[in-house]
This record gives sequence, C-alpha cells and structure tokens, in this order.
Amino acid sequence: MPTDMQVHGIAPVQTGPTISEPLRRFLTAARSAGVRISSAESIDAMRAVEVVGFSDRTVLRDSLSLLVAKSVEEKQIFEDCFELYFQRNDFTKPNEPGWRTPQADDEDDEDGGNQGGGPGGTGGAQGMGGGQGMGGGKAAADRLAQMLLADDRAGLAQAMEQAAEQIGLNKISFFTQTNLYTRRIMERMGIRPVEREIEALRRANNDASNSRADALETGRERLRDRVRDFVERNLLLFAKGENEKFREELLKSSKLTNMERRDMDRMRVIVRAIAKKLAEKYGRNRKKKNRGQLDTRKTIRRNMAWESIPFITVWKQKKIDKPKVMVLCDVSGSVAAMAQFLLLFLYTLNEALSNIRSFAFAGNLIEVSEILERKPIEEAISEIMMTVGFGSSNYGNALLDFEEGYFSAVDSKTTVIILGDARGNYNDPRTDIVQRLSERAKRLIWLNPEYRSSWGTGDSDMFRYGPYCHILTVCNTIRHLENIVTDMLKGSR
Amino acid sequence: MTGNVDVLLGSIDAIENGLGQFGYIANRQISTAVYLSHHLQKPILVEGPAGVGKTELAKSVAAYVGMPLIRMQCYEGLDESKALYEWKYGKQLLYTQILKDKLGQLFGLTETIEAALEKLHGFSDVFFSHHFLEPRPLLRALQQEKGAVLLIDEIDKSDQEFEAFLLEILSDYQVTIPEIGVVEAITPPIVFLTSNSMRDLGDALKRRCLHLHIGFPDAKLEARIIDTRVPGIDEKLRKQLVSFVQQLRALELKKLPSVSETIDWARVLVLLHANMLQSDMVRDTLNVLLKFESDIEAAGKQLDSMTHKARQEAGFAD
Repeated sequence: MPTDMQVHGIAPVQTGPTISEPLRRFLTAARSAGVRISSAESIDAMRAVEVVGFSDRTVLRDSLSLLVAKSVEEKQIFEDCFELYFQRNDFTKPNEPGWRTPQADDEDDEDGGNQGGGPGGTGGAQGMGGGQGMGGGKAAADRLAQMLLADDRAGLAQAMEQAAEQIGLNKISFFTQTNLYTRRIMERMGIRPVEREIEALRRANNDASNSRADALETGRERLRDRVRDFVERNLLLFAKGENEKFREELLKSSKLTNMERRDMDRMRVIVRAIAKKLAEKYGRNRKKKNRGQLDTRKTIRRNMAWESIPFITVWKQKKIDKPKVMVLCDVSGSVAAMAQFLLLFLYTLNEALSNIRSFAFAGNLIEVSEILERKPIEEAISEIMMTVGFGSSNYGNALLDFEEGYFSAVDSKTTVIILGDARGNYNDPRTDIVQRLSERAKRLIWLNPEYRSSWGTGDSDMFRYGPYCHILTVCNTIRHLENIVTDMLKGSR
Repeated sequence: MTGNVDVLLGSIDAIENGLGQFGYIANRQISTAVYLSHHLQKPILVEGPAGVGKTELAKSVAAYVGMPLIRMQCYEGLDESKALYEWKYGKQLLYTQILKDKLGQLFGLTETIEAALEKLHGFSDVFFSHHFLEPRPLLRALQQEKGAVLLIDEIDKSDQEFEAFLLEILSDYQVTIPEIGVVEAITPPIVFLTSNSMRDLGDALKRRCLHLHIGFPDAKLEARIIDTRVPGIDEKLRKQLVSFVQQLRALELKKLPSVSETIDWARVLVLLHANMLQSDMVRDTLNVLLKFESDIEAAGKQLDSMTHKARQEAGFAD
C-alpha cells in the first residue's frame, strides 16, 4: 500500500506535478483503444495516482478504471489495455520502467547507472538522449555490449524504452512499419558500434575474439526479437483503436449497396449501436411543455393545500407520440442490401416506436412483420429473400397489393416509409395509390438508394412519385439512415 | 469528527474490514472506490444488475462512518421542488394573515403609495428566507454539520433534465436557490448514485463521478456474503447453495438470480431445516430465486444435474 506517495495525496492539486509522462502515455494508449477520456478525467486520474501510489498494480488498475472507464464495455477495454500495456513489465519485472517509483529509480541507478533520477523518469530519459542519440558514444556502446553479453534484461529493457520514446514509437500506425521502427530503436540504443565491433572481432579471427563475437551476435539476435515484440505490442496499443475508428467512420459513409461481404458483420454492429443510442434517447414517453398556456385545472389541484392560491403554476403539456411506422421495402436486386439495413435499424429501434409493420415486395407484396419478430434479423432477412426477393420489381402491382390488403391499417398517426429505387420495369406506376396513401398517412417518406442524378432515367418513376412524398431523399449510407430516422423520431415533419 | 472519518477511510484495507463489520462484504474494487471517493471528493456512481447490493453499500458506509444516510429515490417527473427545496407556502400564508394588522399599522403612517411600496421593499425578503424553506433531501444533505451519506437511488429513472440539475451539487457540493443565493455544504457529504442502466446516463454526469460497476460475485465472495448475512447456515449447505446459484447464472435466463435472491433462498432453506440440497426441495423453492415462469421452466429441466453437480463440488458424492 502507498506510503510516501499518500502524503502528497492529501493536498493533491497544489503540490501535484503536471501529469506524469508514463501516465499520459498510458492514457493515450487507452484512448486509442476506444476508451473515451476527457482532459478533466486525465487530471483526475493523475490525482488518483498520487493518492494510491504506483506500488500496488491491482489498486492502480481499479482506481484508474473507476475514473476513466465509464461503462461496462469501456471497463473491459480498459482492463485489456492495462494488461497489454504493462505486459512489457514481464520482461523487466524488477524495474517496472513504465511506472518509476522513487525506489525503482534507485535500483536503476545501481544496475544501469544511466538514470537521471527524476521521479517521472522523463528527465533521465532526455539526459540519456544526448549521449545515445549520437549512436556512437564509446561509453554507450560499451554498455550495450556489456548488457548483451550479460543478457541484462532489465538494463536492456530500460534502454529500449528510452530509445522507443526518443524515436516516437507511439506514432506507429501501420503493421508494415514494424521493421522500420525495430531497426530505429536498435540504432538508437547504439547497435551500430556493436556491429562494428563484431566485424572487427571477426577480422581479428582468433579464438577469444570469435567467441566474443558469437556471444555478441546471439545477444543482438535476442535483442532484435525482443524489440520487435515490443514494437508489435505498441502497434496494438496505439494503432489498433485508431485504425478501427477510422475504418468505422469510413464504413458509415460508404455506399451500402456495394458493401463487401466481410464488412457486413461489422456494419451490423455499427447499425445496432446507432439504433440503440437513438432508442435510448427517444424510447421514453416524451412531453413538450407549452410554456405560457396555463393548465387551470391542474394548477388549482396542485395548490389545494393553500386554498388554491396559485403559488405553483402548472403548464399545459403535449405528449409527443412515438411514431407508428409501416415500412415497405423493395427487396429486388440492388436495393436488397439497403433494405436489410433499414429493417435492422428499425427493429433495433423497436422500443422508440409505438408500432412497426413491415412489408417486402418485388413483383408482389407480402407482410413480413411476423418473420422479423420471430427470428433474429439476419435469418429473417434471408428467409424473406427466399420468399419474395430477386424477382423483377413491379411497383404498381406491389402498391395495389398494399392498398387491397393493408390500407385500412394506415391512419393519421402512421409514418409510411417506402424504400426503393422506383424502377418498375415500365409497368404502370400507379401513382394514384401513392397519392391516396400520402393523404391518409401522417407522412410518407421515400428513400431511394440511387443518386439523384439517375432518378427519372430509364425506367425510374421517381419523379412521378415524388410530388406525393413528404420527404424524398437519397439513402445509401448508414449516415443517411441515421439522419432520416433521427428526424422521424424528433417528430418533425 | 472529520478526523475520525479520515481514520476510518484512511486506507483501503481499513475500509474493507470496516464494511465487513457492518455486514457488507466488499471486494477490493468497491473499497478502492470508497477510498478514492473520500480522497478525491468525488461522488460514486454505482451501476450493476438489481440486487447486487448497490443501495446496501451506501447504507453500510453510512453505518461505518457513523453519519446519517439521506436517501433520495428518483422517479420520472422528479423535480427540484421535491429534491432540493420547497417554500412553506402554508406557513407564508398563515404568517401574512397573522401579521395583517401589524402591516396595517406600519402602512398607516405612510401617505402615498410610493412611500408604502418603499417601506414594503424593506420587508420583501422576510417571506423568502430560511425560515420558510422546506429542505428536501439534497439540501438536507448539504446542511448536515457533521457530514452525511447522500444516496441518490436509481438515477436512471429520473429525467434527463434532472440529471443536468444534479451537476452543480455533484461537482461543487453547492446548490443555487434563486431567492437566497448559493448554499454550500457545511461538510461535503459522501455521495452515492445508483443506476440499473435503464438508460445511458449523460457524459457530463459520468465525468463527475467515479464509475463503479458491481457485477455478480464469484463463488468465494458469495459464500462470504451468505456467511455474514445468514449466520446460522450449515457450511455444507452453503457450499452447495452457492455452487447451485453460480451454475444457474450460467444459464440463459430472463433475469439472473442476484445476491439478494441467494440470501433469501439461503434463509428459506435454513427455515426448512435443510442440510443438503435435494432436487425436490430445490424445485419447490426455486421461485425464490427465479422471478419468471419461463425461467423456472428452463432451469427445471436441468435441475437434477445441477443439484448433483453442486453436491459434488461441495465434496459430496451421491
């Protein structure tokens, strides 16, 4: 348990140094792994570290986890990241170079003799930088050679950490950079003079020099393996999260219709996450206060206790209805991919909607609500495709099916969403049905996965349907989908 | 008094032991959270499934440090007049009635309305002072001289606006009352917020708190909890019971049994004078552990094998 560190902890702010380098680096790693950490939280983390100290790993982990990771998922990521980050200490158990306590510093002085002695460790590291940066300092080279021969894990690890810091290893972002960074770190540590020495020893070619050269070479190989290992771990720490975030952003705005199969699963995860967030926000009964309109009845009731003298005023409220949705999806050909995500989105959103019925059509239209409710979405979609999909679409026919079968279910509270490219293969578009639908429903939203420039070309009837739609928009990325659904939930027309 | 609290919350071990004395078996994480909360002066936001002892933690801490527990239950529609303060309208009304004559006398001497108003301005604050203030839980917690443990229970049930309203009290331990001004805490209370994750809380709120997640305990911890909570229980039975509940949690159920349910079940079994788990008895008392018919049905199918395994794990072969 903390001893001397704790004394500082009582009055943390004024005595506390600026955020220490190792902690800052760890937080960077945690951030890139996907834990959201605000700057206020990193300051808190620093204060916490001052209170609990560095000595007990578990306490340290728990404390940081309390301050920095604010959900169960984040806690999991955080703990993995913590383990990964401190794995390097297995290589160098006694020193714990990531977190240098004053005691550890003393030990370093004994075996490495190269520590500056600053509690954060950074001062020492920079001091070193001058000497080793040249890569040719005689003393530095000798020391490296010595450490290689003695297989001084602790000393090597420390030199490696410093070198890594100096060359900026935490900027590594691609797997292909591993070799480059490995070599750079080794050069920083002064491997070149050692290599020159090996060459010289080989030239001398006697028993003593050969055996020393062999030993040095073994040491060098061992070091290379360790440095590579270290670099790879750092890649995982600093780059994985960033890469994933970047990829996710890219996926959100890439066209769903030509999504690659391998991205599908990830896409589903993203869609679920967005929909869940929206559902949380809009899932509860919402009321809008009408300030300025007094609810007389409620005001009198509320103030009964004091003879109805209106101390407390109650204003009229309007309940915001959850949307009642009917969705008609074209599942023919190219629209199918989009339909899948729209349905996934809406069904994940379920609790924010008061009622949802879905229909799929190509040549004919059928209701698919029951399949979607019964089965997980992926299975349901493939079953729907089996039943209706992949035929050539006939909008007129499908609309007629809808009017005959389900028109009575549409009322003034219903939002009708039609997803389709409006390409009806030159059949009668039956715009009259769309007109009646539009008059009957609260609003009619038409989502078209095609770009606006191709509307109306060839067999597209988009402009014939257009005038009857309250909202008519291009929708072929997750971002489009998110915007449209958010608007719908907000209750704006 | 504060010195005492500093001693009581002086180290993580002290907290762990201390809470144990009051019947709360805390794991390392929980005691670390309490320790940090005291030293960083930050509220603790406790999340986790129902019945793992979130509320109990606040109660035990209050008992341990010897401070009063002030509890505020959140619900939809909770607003500041119920959480923070309310004017005592009735009292104000009564006082104006009583003082009517007095006021008449005062104003009798003035000749113009302006002069009367001028005079009235001098008294205007009388009716909006501390005398007419009805403190609700939050304000009460700030007014405790020797500190208090403030428990804001099920914060996820309240509205988002209320969450925003809490920010001031959580970060600065003060509240603003328009008519009076800023009321600061005499002694900052130890604040616990609990949430069942009904909805995601705002980032602003989370940022101001230590985030503690209490999950289901592992077998060892659960056994200790049962030991403290159900003192009379036979050791063999306890082992079997814990093993059984742990197995139950591995099943896919609507609602997994929580610690509180385990405790209830242990009490039931003690009442029934059981010293061994028997399939029949388990079947009869399963409704203590599981709260959905479909769950009971699902668990019922594997009941025999689970009971058997529980007995084996506790060291009894049939």
